[in-house]
Amino acid sequence: MINNREELKAAVASAKEQIKEYDVRILVCSGTGCIASGSEKVYEEFVKIVGETPGVTLTFEPHDSDEKKLGVKKTGCQGVCELGPLVRIQKGDQVIQYTKVQIADCQKIFESTVLGDEVIEALLYKQNGISYKAPDEIPFIAKQTRIVLENCGKYDAESFDEYLAGGGFSALQKALFEMTPADVVDEIDKSGLRGRGGGGFPTGRKWKQVARQKETTRYVVCNGDEGDPGAFMDGSVMEGDPYKLIEGMMIAGYACGAENGYIYVRAEYPMSVARLRHAIAELESRNMLGENILGTGFNFYMHINRGAGAFVCGEGSALTASIEGNRGMPRVKPPRTVEKGLWEKPTVLNNVETYANVPKIILQGSDWFRSIGTESSSGCKTFSLTGSIQNTGLIEVPMGTTLREIIFDIGGGLKDGGTFKAVQTGGPSGGCLTESELDVPLDFETVKKYGTIIGSGGLVVMDDNTCMVEVARFFMSFTQRESCGKCVPCREGTKRMLEIMEKIVAGKGELEDIDRLQELATMIKSTALCGLGKSAPLPVLSTIRMFRDEYVEHIVDHKCRAKVCEAMKKYVINPDECRGCSKCAKNCPVGAISGVVKKPFTIDPSVCIHCGACKENCAFDAIYIED
Amino acid sequence: MLDQSYYTKTDEIIAVYGKKPASLIPIMQDIQGVYRYLPGELLTYVAEQIGITEAKAYSVATFYENFSFEPKGKYVIKVCDGTACHVRKSAPILDTFTKELGLSKKKHTTDDMMFTVETVSCLGACGLAPTVMVNEDVHPKMTPEKAQELIKELRG
Ligand SMILES: Cc1cc2nc3c(=O)[nH]c(=O)nc-3n(C[C@H](O)[C@H](O)[C@H](O)COP(=O)(O)O)c2cc1C
Ligand code: SF4
Ligand code: SF4
Ligand code: SF4
Ligand code: FES
Ligand code: FES
Repeated sequence: MINNREELKAAVASAKEQIKEYDVRILVCSGTGCIASGSEKVYEEFVKIVGETPGVTLTFEPHDSDEKKLGVKKTGCQGVCELGPLVRIQKGDQVIQYTKVQIADCQKIFESTVLGDEVIEALLYKQNGISYKAPDEIPFIAKQTRIVLENCGKYDAESFDEYLAGGGFSALQKALFEMTPADVVDEIDKSGLRGRGGGGFPTGRKWKQVARQKETTRYVVCNGDEGDPGAFMDGSVMEGDPYKLIEGMMIAGYACGAENGYIYVRAEYPMSVARLRHAIAELESRNMLGENILGTGFNFYMHINRGAGAFVCGEGSALTASIEGNRGMPRVKPPRTVEKGLWEKPTVLNNVETYANVPKIILQGSDWFRSIGTESSSGCKTFSLTGSIQNTGLIEVPMGTTLREIIFDIGGGLKDGGTFKAVQTGGPSGGCLTESELDVPLDFETVKKYGTIIGSGGLVVMDDNTCMVEVARFFMSFTQRESCGKCVPCREGTKRMLEIMEKIVAGKGELEDIDRLQELATMIKSTALCGLGKSAPLPVLSTIRMFRDEYVEHIVDHKCRAKVCEAMKKYVINPDECRGCSKCAKNCPVGAISGVVKKPFTIDPSVCIHCGACKENCAFDAIYIED
Repeated sequence: MLDQSYYTKTDEIIAVYGKKPASLIPIMQDIQGVYRYLPGELLTYVAEQIGITEAKAYSVATFYENFSFEPKGKYVIKVCDGTACHVRKSAPILDTFTKELGLSKKKHTTDDMMFTVETVSCLGACGLAPTVMVNEDVHPKMTPEKAQELIKELRG
């Protein structure tokens, strides 16, 4: 039980002591990515090895000089997910980063690096022929600035004590004992923090609006729906540092006079739900959540709601409707969420990353936060770096960092030496940036000038094997499917746009279709009720603007330069390779292939339906797709 | 007709969230968590217990993609078709599962009730694209070959 400030201070001091007493800590990445790569088994293996080794303890017991004190910990995402399972061996200030750790490696790591002082070269991170030992030296990590992700990879994501040892709850302490609620709102306002969920609305202004409502029952809601398909920043924070998110929400509750906080978590994130539930239970058992927190009279209760697979529930009013147990449909505004949100009460609704920024701002002050990032967008932003890039993973960089720095310095360039074509920002509500925008600073204002948005932070890198027209069709089909159907422009308009896009990739488009798409887009953008509809046409508009020639090629030349669109593929038999076995002719579902046995066969392009069956099954690789 | 055990279990779940309208979604989620689908009779029962109309309960349940009134297979295979997975070629993986298991765009569950194949738009492991989730386990860096192996493995 922690009932007052003194007891919290004592708990922090003892947590800090305890963490210092470890001789070695084995930090196993337990983010969704690494768990998928098998890190849970690696964790269990280390627990087994450590437990079985005499003279080694695995507990939080006081230090015994005859024994080495070891800890095996589960951390949040260590960053380079593609190289998982990741493991860090920490001895005091010295940390060694291992990658792709298999169960078979654990014993060796234990003997060489944990008990001994040897580094296993084969497991180190390598780039351009250089091996890196410490995580902070790896270019992928060295070039980042981590505020929200500070603890990920350093502390046990499940342990309250480790969160304290890393400075956890000092911000809440400061807020509760040294600041009035109005001071807190002011500090956030001055920091220039803007919402990280996509819109970039100033957080301080939102809090002020809630704080000045007459109604005194208010709510704090966290948007953890992370709907952008191809983004996992918020999930990584919820599972990697759940206490920080909760601390941020508690501070918001204090600042805005709310006693109840709700986190709405995306359905596909079971790990986030589990870690948050665990953290809430830990806090409740210590009186750090509930009634009269730290003896200050501040009450705060946390609740978790799981999404049920509707993208539109990421929209504020749909999200609160869903928490209330209704269909998650957006409603007409005003009234706005700050006046009438959850259960018609004033509600602070912010994104996961927004709340996770709060503790550090309170602790270090708004001036510090403003010193990072750009004039219009202070602080850092997390991005998930995916697609055709060398180092996929989770990063955090100051606002205003350029794409070039992110893709080439941090991401290590394109995968398999591919050529950069574009990067999609803002997911299905955003657009693409190309080669000529590589040096544009990424912040809320600048990116808008190029027809896209920062969005929540998904960066999907595309190389010349990606067809931009097909990608636009892909996003259109996503938003069309996710349209809730409440208003006609979105429901019918997205359907019409999708039909046209499908026609184009099927090789049946007309040049007028490009104009039709633009007309429909303008209509939907200006008349749809919520952000889903308003932004649904953006990926199409943005690709038309940047890659009009590809649209024209599909329509006029029936050509897909990335060789992605099935209907554009011209299957050809190479007469020099074909042995005339006749297998392809038998397999072709439409009888497009003919020939005489033991002589080269030929494909009739007017009959071929581009199914690919012949190419897949030719034993002599004689069939290819013509450029 | 469902046997009594279904109702006993449902009562337990209702008790966790309380008899109030706002509990509808979490209750349905937990029922589906246990039975892998939402039996219609139970939904009617839940509506009555938490004080909402049956029509309301159905209108909510049908709004959300995750609720299913059809029983699902023992293994629910969700093939990710989020952006990151899409550009790293998730389509052939879905094709492999569908073909190997004799399913189609309309038929999602095998007759022996072993497999259900669905798509999902991001599992949060985009760094390891393309991905597939089987029940709650994420499988990274999938290929059509790995998909075939996975089916074999699950068949046991
Ligand atoms: C269709 C749609 C989906 C959205 N999805 C999300 C989401 O998944 N996560 C999120 O934080 N915000 C999402 N938003 C934005 C929210 O409506 C809201 O602006 C945001 O959560 C506010 O928090 P912030 O100011 O901290 O960004 C979405 C908006 C729309 C219109
Ligand atoms: S714009 Fe689309 S998603 Fe939004 S309310 Fe209208 S139909 Fe629903
Ligand atoms: S299967 Fe290959 S080798 Fe045989 S006839 Fe066809 S193209 Fe020629
Ligand atoms: S791609 Fe399909 S339809 Fe075309 S020739 Fe080959 S097997 Fe026949
Ligand atoms: S999940 Fe382990 S590095 Fe991202
Ligand atoms: S896009 Fe497939 S896991 Fe995120």
